[in-house]
Amino acid sequence: MASRVYDCLSKIGEKIIENKDFLTDLDREIGDADHGVNMARGFEGVMTKLTPDTEDIGAALKTTGMTLLSTVGGASGPLYGTAFMDSGKAMMGKTALDKDDMKAIFEAAIAGIQKRGKAERGEKTMLDALMPAYESYCAGIDAGKSLTEAMDDACRAANDGIEFTKTIRATKGRASYLGDRSIGHQDPGATSITMMLEVVSEFLKS
Amino acid sequence: MVGIVIVSHSSKIAEGARELAAQMCPGFEGIYAAGGMEDGSIGTDAIRIKTAIEAADSGDGVVILADLGSGILSTETAIDLLETGIDARIADAPIVEGAVVAAVQASVGSSIDEVISEAEQTRQQSKIS
Repeated sequence: MASRVYDCLSKIGEKIIENKDFLTDLDREIGDADHGVNMARGFEGVMTKLTPDTEDIGAALKTTGMTLLSTVGGASGPLYGTAFMDSGKAMMGKTALDKDDMKAIFEAAIAGIQKRGKAERGEKTMLDALMPAYESYCAGIDAGKSLTEAMDDACRAANDGIEFTKTIRATKGRASYLGDRSIGHQDPGATSITMMLEVVSEFLKS
Repeated sequence: MVGIVIVSHSSKIAEGARELAAQMCPGFEGIYAAGGMEDGSIGTDAIRIKTAIEAADSGDGVVILADLGSGILSTETAIDLLETGIDARIADAPIVEGAVVAAVQASVGSSIDEVISEAEQTRQQSKIS
């Protein structure tokens, strides 16, 4: 039987691959029309590198990150690669995930993306979904909610974050060349990170 | 001697710039290309770049010329992944002109600071005088 972390990462990969065309179409509006193709190629690579018997969540996340670095090809490669690798460092040796671990994963992923992308919130990037998701998660946990309830809150906030990216102009990446023309379109990176959070949230209920 | 690595989304651009730079300094073996993806797609691969930096280093450091966007992000990631104490730095310069000047400087035994400074001066040079 495959490990929980393998199953969860597989489901993330399936979701990204299923949405390859959707993510690429979003990127066509404001970028270089490669986000879905690149991310799908990345997760196809991840599925060949992960082994079903890997119980160590940190090791599995690290393998995912290293593989994304060398298979995605675009800026999402180093951004998601760093996010997964740094989350992996936070989880090294662990085989189960609790509330504090989830918080540590959020924090490592946000710090990794910010370090690599030198981005702040409000620049129409994946951070505009991930940072509000983290805050809602923490607020939920502080209010005494369970891990899965707090993850539901995180996903709602991430989706609100996607909506917010439609209202702002891009100042990072290829979309920044478009200036005000980027307004009205949702950010592909905010969309893909939200998909991943939704998969994790559903998976944790299983 | 300082090593040189040329990073591009396109393996042909990286290899072509390497070839051009190498032609300017016969006998200098320290120029490496890290372009494109392993499967031939357009893109950048931090692991490929890391391997090239390690190959290019002979103890005096490595100067990297990279193209835009993920060229820089993947190179910065590669530098972070270096486990040994290789002094690897990106020169903020046009990739072709920067590679030629950096290779010439490296081949005459200049320090990494000199190589970067000379490569970065290519940003200011007018091509049509």
